[in-house]
Parts: sequence; C-alpha cells; structure tokens
Amino acid sequence: MHQQQQISPSSQPSLFLSVSVTDPAKITNAVQPYISYNLTTKTNFPDYQGQEKTVTRRYTDFVWLYDRLFAKYKGIFIPPLPEKNSVEKFRFSAEFIEMRRQALDTFVNRIASHHELQHSEDLRTFLQTDEQTMERVRSQDTGIFKKKQSDLMQIFRDVQSKVTDVILGKEKPAEESNPEYEKLKRYIYELEDHVAEAQKHAYRLVKRHRELSQCLADFGKAIKLLGACEGDTLGTAFSEIGAKSEMLSYKLQREAHHLLMNFEEPLKDYVHAVQSIKGTIAERANAFRQQCELAETIKLKEIDLKNLKLFRSEKILEAELELEELKADGQEATRRFENIVRLMNEEIVRFQDQKTEDMGLAFHEFAKGQAHLATAIADAWRSLIPKLDSL
Amino acid sequence: MMGFENQGSDEAQLYASREELESLVLDDDDDNNNSGNGNGSGSNPLFRSNGGANGDDSQYHHHPLSPSFAEISTTEDDDPLLSSPSGYKNPTSFNSFLEPPSYADAVFRSFDGDRGKQINGDGVVSSSSPSSSSDYLKISVTDPQKEQDLNNSLVPGGNSFVTYLITTWTNLPEFNGTEFSVRRRFKDVVTLSDRLSESYRGYFIPLRPDKSVVESQVMQKQEFVEQRRIGLEKYLRKLAAHPVIRRSEELRAFLQVQGKLPLLKTTDVASRMIDGAVKLPKQLFGESVVSAAVDPDEVVQPAKGGRDLLRMFKELRQSVTNDWGGTKPPVVEEDKEFLEKRKKLQDFEQELTNVSQQAESLVKAQQDMGETLGQLGLAFVKLTKFESEEAKFNSQKVRAADMKNVATSAVKASRLYRELNAQTVRHLDKLHEYLGVMLTVNNAYSDRSNALLTVQTLLSELSNLSFRIEKLEAAASKVFGGDRSRVKKIEELKETMRVTDEAKNRAVREYERIKENNKMELERLDKERHDDFFSMLKGFVVNQAGYAEKMATVWATVANETSGYAKSS
Repeated sequence: MHQQQQISPSSQPSLFLSVSVTDPAKITNAVQPYISYNLTTKTNFPDYQGQEKTVTRRYTDFVWLYDRLFAKYKGIFIPPLPEKNSVEKFRFSAEFIEMRRQALDTFVNRIASHHELQHSEDLRTFLQTDEQTMERVRSQDTGIFKKKQSDLMQIFRDVQSKVTDVILGKEKPAEESNPEYEKLKRYIYELEDHVAEAQKHAYRLVKRHRELSQCLADFGKAIKLLGACEGDTLGTAFSEIGAKSEMLSYKLQREAHHLLMNFEEPLKDYVHAVQSIKGTIAERANAFRQQCELAETIKLKEIDLKNLKLFRSEKILEAELELEELKADGQEATRRFENIVRLMNEEIVRFQDQKTEDMGLAFHEFAKGQAHLATAIADAWRSLIPKLDSL
Repeated sequence: MMGFENQGSDEAQLYASREELESLVLDDDDDNNNSGNGNGSGSNPLFRSNGGANGDDSQYHHHPLSPSFAEISTTEDDDPLLSSPSGYKNPTSFNSFLEPPSYADAVFRSFDGDRGKQINGDGVVSSSSPSSSSDYLKISVTDPQKEQDLNNSLVPGGNSFVTYLITTWTNLPEFNGTEFSVRRRFKDVVTLSDRLSESYRGYFIPLRPDKSVVESQVMQKQEFVEQRRIGLEKYLRKLAAHPVIRRSEELRAFLQVQGKLPLLKTTDVASRMIDGAVKLPKQLFGESVVSAAVDPDEVVQPAKGGRDLLRMFKELRQSVTNDWGGTKPPVVEEDKEFLEKRKKLQDFEQELTNVSQQAESLVKAQQDMGETLGQLGLAFVKLTKFESEEAKFNSQKVRAADMKNVATSAVKASRLYRELNAQTVRHLDKLHEYLGVMLTVNNAYSDRSNALLTVQTLLSELSNLSFRIEKLEAAASKVFGGDRSRVKKIEELKETMRVTDEAKNRAVREYERIKENNKMELERLDKERHDDFFSMLKGFVVNQAGYAEKMATVWATVANETSGYAKSS
C-alpha cells in the first residue's frame, strides 16, 4: 500500500514518502530465531538519504517506533501494530508471516502519510539507519519510553491519588467534565466491542470456508470411488461430479485465504486502531490531571505567598520565584493538554474517514470474493447439467 | 457516494431496515414452523420428505445430522437470527426482494416432478413402472390411539398397546373399494413382515421398522409413538412401491380386512417346538417313522427355531462340511455371474457407506457456513445501528450504509445456505435409502443360501440312506433263507428315501425359484438404482448451481455498490 501525501498549498514541490515492507526472511543464527523484513523507502524529503534506501528491520524495531511516536505525539492516534502473538511466532507459518508483513506495511505507510508523524525524527531513524545502529538505539531505551511499564505506574498513581482524594475529602476534578468527550469515550469503548465481535465471526467464516473445502474434497473422492464401482453411464456421472467437487474444494481454499487477508485482517486492524485510541484517551486523562494538579499547587503556593507577605518573611523572594516556575509549568501543562484536545479532535475526523475507506475496501473485497466464488461454483455445476442429460 | 445527500431519511431508513431484518428473521421462523413439522405432532402426513428413515435404516441414523428436512430448518438453538422475540410483522418492502423460501422449493420441485416421482416422501425406492403407470396404492398412517388388551390381561388394566389408523386409497382390482381404513398395532406389522419374508423368499423385501424396546423405555412416549408412526408409514409405502409385493395377499389382508389380522403369526409356531422335541429322540435313534421323516412341504421353508431341531442340526453339519470338508458339496453355487454380481454389490455397499458419510459431513459444513454468515451479518447489523445512532460525522453515516448492505447480504446468503442445505439433504438422502436397500438384498441372498443349504443337506441324506441300504442288502443276501428283519428294515429305508427324494426335488425347485427371484430383483434394482441415482445427482447439481447463482447475485450487488473504494486504494 503506497500512499502519496501532498503537502498542501505551498510553493514547495510535492513531497512524498512511501515505504514497502517485503521479503520476510527467517533468521536462525540468533539466540531466538526471528523474522527480518526489508524496508524500502522512496522519498524526496530533504532530511532523508537519497531517493531510495533499503534497510532490514525486525518486529521489535517496529514496536520501538510505535512506543517513541506514542510518547512524543500525544493526542495523535498512532496507527496500530499487529499483535505480538508469541505463540504463533514460534510456528512461523507462511500464512502468519504474510499476515504480519501486510500489517507492518500498512503500519509504516500510515505513519508515512500522516501529516505530522511523517516528520518524526524517530521515523527517519527507523527508516534509514543500519541494523547495528538500530539495535543500539533500541536497547538504549529505558524507563519512560517503555510504554507498558509507564502505563502500569500511571494506573497505580491514578488509583493512589483517587484514594487519597477520597480520604482527604478533596473534591478533585480529576476528570474532564466535557459531555461531548464523555460521549466520545463511551463510543470508543463500545465500538471496540462491536468491531471485535464482527472480527471474531469473520475469522470463523474463514474457518468455515476451509472446512467446506475439505468436505468437498473428501466427498469428491468418495463419489469417484463409487463411480468406479458402478461403471457405465452412472459411473461416468459420478466421476464427473467427483472431479468438480475436488476442483471447487480448491477454489474454496483460495477464497478462505483471500477472505483472511482482505476482510478479516482489516477488521482486526480496526480493533487494534480502536485500542490505540484508548491509549490516547489515557494520555489525555494524564495531561488533564497534571494540569489540574499544577493548578491546585499554584493556588496553594499563592496562598502561602500571601501569608508570607503578611509576615514579611525573607522567604518571599524564594517563594515568588517558585511561584513563577510553577506558573510556567502550569502554562506548559495547559498547553500540552489543549494541544492533545485539539489534535484529538482532528484525529477523530481523520480516523472516521480512514475507517470508512478501509472498511469500504474490505467490504468490497469481501463481496467480490464471495461473488467470484459463488459464480465459479454455479458455473462448475451448470456445466455438468448438459453432460448429465446426455448420459 | 451513498448517504451524503439525504441524511435524515437515511437514518430513518437505517432504523427501518433493522426492524425489517428482524421481521425478515421472523418470517423465516414462521415459514419453518409451517413447512416441515416432521417430528412434531402428526400433521399432514403426505407432506413428509425423504428424511432419515427411522425404521429400515435405523442404524445409519443416529447421526444428528441426518434428520428430516424439517429438522434442518428448525433446530437452530444457537442461531442468533432465530432468537429475536416479539410478534410477527407483515412482510415489508425489504422482504419483497428476498424471495420467500418456498420459491426455491417450487423451482426444484417442478424439476423433480418431471421425473415422475412423488417428492413428498413416499420413501419410494422405485419410480413408477411403465406398465402400471395409472395404478395407485397410497397409504397413510395416522391417529395413534391407546387401547387395552382385554383378553390377555393377567394384570387388570395392565396390557395396553397403541393402534394406528391405516388408510388406503387405491384403484387396484384385487382390493374391493377405493378407500378404506383399518386399525393395526405394531405386532400386526411384525406378523405381516414375517409372512412376507416367508412367502417371498429371494425378493428384496423392504425392512420393517425396529421393535426398539430400549428406545421405548428411554424416549418420551409421545415422541416414540410419533417416530413409530413415521416408520410404519414409510414401511408400508415401500411395500406398496414394490411391483410384486404390492399385489400380495398378505398386504391386502393387512390393509383391508377389518378386525383381527387374518394372518398366522408365522408358520413357525412355538408349539411346533414341542412337536419337534418329541420327534427328536426317535429320529436320533435312527428309527424314522415314515410320516414324521421329512414333510416335503416343510422343506420349502428354512429350518427355523423350534420347528425342526433335527433338521437344523443336519443343516448345520452340512454347512460345516461345506466349509471345512474338502468334499465338494453336491450342488455348487456355480452361477459365476451371481457371485460376481454379489461381489460387486458388496463393493458398492462399501463405497456407498463412505459416500453417505462424506455427504453428511458436507451437509454439516454447509450448515455451519450458513450459520456463521448469519452471525456475521447480525454482528454488522448491530455495528450499523451503533454507528448510525450517534453519528457525528458523515463518514460514519457512509460507513453505516455500507455496513448495512454487507449485513443484509450476509443474512440473505445465510438463508440461502440453509435452503440449499435442506434441499441437499433431500437429495443426498437417497444414498442413505440405498444403504437400507442393501440390507434387503443381503436378506434375499441369505434366503438363497439357506435354500441351497437345504438342498445340499437333503442330497447328503439321500446318499447316506443309499449307502445304508446297500450295506443292508449286502448283509441280507448272505443270510440263507432270507433275513426278515433286515428286509423289513430295507423296505423302511427305501420308503424314507423315496420321501426324502421328493423333498429334495421340492427343495431344488424352491432353490431355483429363489434364484429366479434374485435375478429379477437384481435387474429391477439395477434399473431403479440407475434412475434414482441419476435423478439424485442431477437434483444435487441443479440445486448447487441454482443457489450459487442466487448468492452470486446478492454479493455482486454489494461489490458493485462498494466498487468506489477499490479505485481509491
């Protein structure tokens, strides 16, 4: 999926950045075998090395990129990664590898076509540095960028502060009281459930295709044997039908794969996207809380200062300086929060647009696949009717 | 793009269509409830399709997936489409472009009708034979009633049984009348079946329903009675379809004679056993009483049960001789053609069993596919409703509209699969039926083997007697002046031999007769099988093609409507 992103009305020549993820290869001489992919970048972005460059990356590199973007671009819905799936990983089936490759390709290209994310330094690092440097960069990351850990810590802190507030009887408005936003949050949470259910059934449908394929193959074989027993015209009829059955079995197998890659996977991607948004929602809550906490602290400090001024303490200067700092921090926190809010509003529109496109395509592929399959089945059987009549 | 223009009406339409979907579902439900209450109360008995036969091929039908047409359609506990509550709604415009289920039926019914067969489940093996195309003999079994056996009740009020109303419509001359009914109980059916197997040895006689004592304890009384009723009906219809048996006196008596069934339970009466035992000691000591030696008429029947213990012993010994002896039996089954045919039939039976199993798997896979499609459709319906309820953006509305298309198509496809399956079951059920027929063939071949064994036994006996006579004559001639006791003995043996010879002749004639019956029946079977299977295959193929085409249309519409997305990727 190669997308071209045009930088809107400026005198610059149109900039583009497109990536393709190809050639998955199993690397076995490491501690644990893994899959490496070729990433080929075609671009005319000024900071990039040349028109075209290819590097090799592995899944954990993609995870690194995601974590960096998530930490730095709060408010933006970072495109979702395919899941870790550590069980499947060990099997490395061809289908799994293909599914992952496709998902990673989509991931990178979505970043490359996002008007803000595409300018990220981390993206450039990811797309351009050699393998060893990448590994070094990746392992340098500690603490703050380890998303999972920070999430956990945040959750603890949240619980802590809530409990403290209750105990201290503080009426802290730790959450936004924005009804629109509440609706959005509820929408996102419910959406995940609905889409997940649809995806579950889509996956089952793939399985059903495979099962039917197998049954047709077995049925065809058995009918052919019966035909051999009968001989004569009836025997011919049986073997014709058996042969057709086996042919259709193969077609069903193909359709199962097509369904998986072009319908089930996009649905899975949809689920992941919604989950990614939930991450952003958490970040927004954090920013809001920080803002509030700072506002509280500033208020308290102002009261302190007033008191100090009353008593003409020598600490006044110190306190005033502190207050200045806090006010600056407060402004910064407010700015950050408001930035997230603004970005989120934009992102939601973009998300909805994109999902309509994505799902529209997925539906189209689904319907097309089913129509082709049904037509093939109809043709196959129809072609037998004159033969049967002639016997 | 869809949905951009009139958003307001779009929303209204989205809501309406969801209700339409539900009413669509309910329509389905209603139709199913009307169209095939096979296992419910005994509704219209003539509308019974070729579902899994209960009696004759019961051993093949404990698989849950070989139910009747009705069961396929109605048993979906986990089908979400059928879980919607509330009242039946009138078909809306939505339903008008989804043809009601019976349309498909009609298409295929007309095809099958051309073939001159009755679709509605006579359980018929044969298509109408050319010579008697205007004859008819239609039977229905209805109205089970509980009755008391007043005669034999040792325990007052203890011995109750169920009777069924057997109604016949016919224009066959041997019946006096065109429509009449009798009441019969299951025991009568057993009697009929036994007499037929005795009178029509060598024929492929349809198997009667099981006695199934165990099931009668386990199942609910009502269910059991219903199952039995269906089984009886199928059985009688099969008898009526057999070109020779339908003209039998036994069947006529069963169908027409009021009151007690005028057939002997069997020629093999329990009291005979006692007779046999009385005769036994005398025969064992070699003193055969002339009249009790071998009743020539009896050889026409196989040695059974208590009827003739001695005969049984002899035939057993003979069969052992045949198997182990090295001596070639006097009459060899030398009909090579017969042996070849039998081997072929055995192979056929084996492959048929295999196909029948695969057919069941196929049906199950089709059913699962339909179910999952339905569930997928339903999930999208919910998603559609969700997205359109609080749609803030146009893109959501557009997506909801797209989704609705997919959802309704998935539901339609799901329904098509269910119909396809119901038809497939109907066609492929022929396979099951023929498995049952193979059993009847095996029985007919057993008749033949038994008859042959009887002949061989008698031939052995004859040669045995002849040998003894020779010995006696040789010994007697050495005695000067005559040996009165020996001469008397020789006379007796000669008489026995004469009777035995007569019996042997009859046995041979019986054997030949059975052979002839076998041959005739085999030809009939071949022809019918050929016709039946051809029609089954064609039905299957037409069915698959028809439904696939319908599905293709459904999906092509959606593909067209979403083709805009394809270009933009």
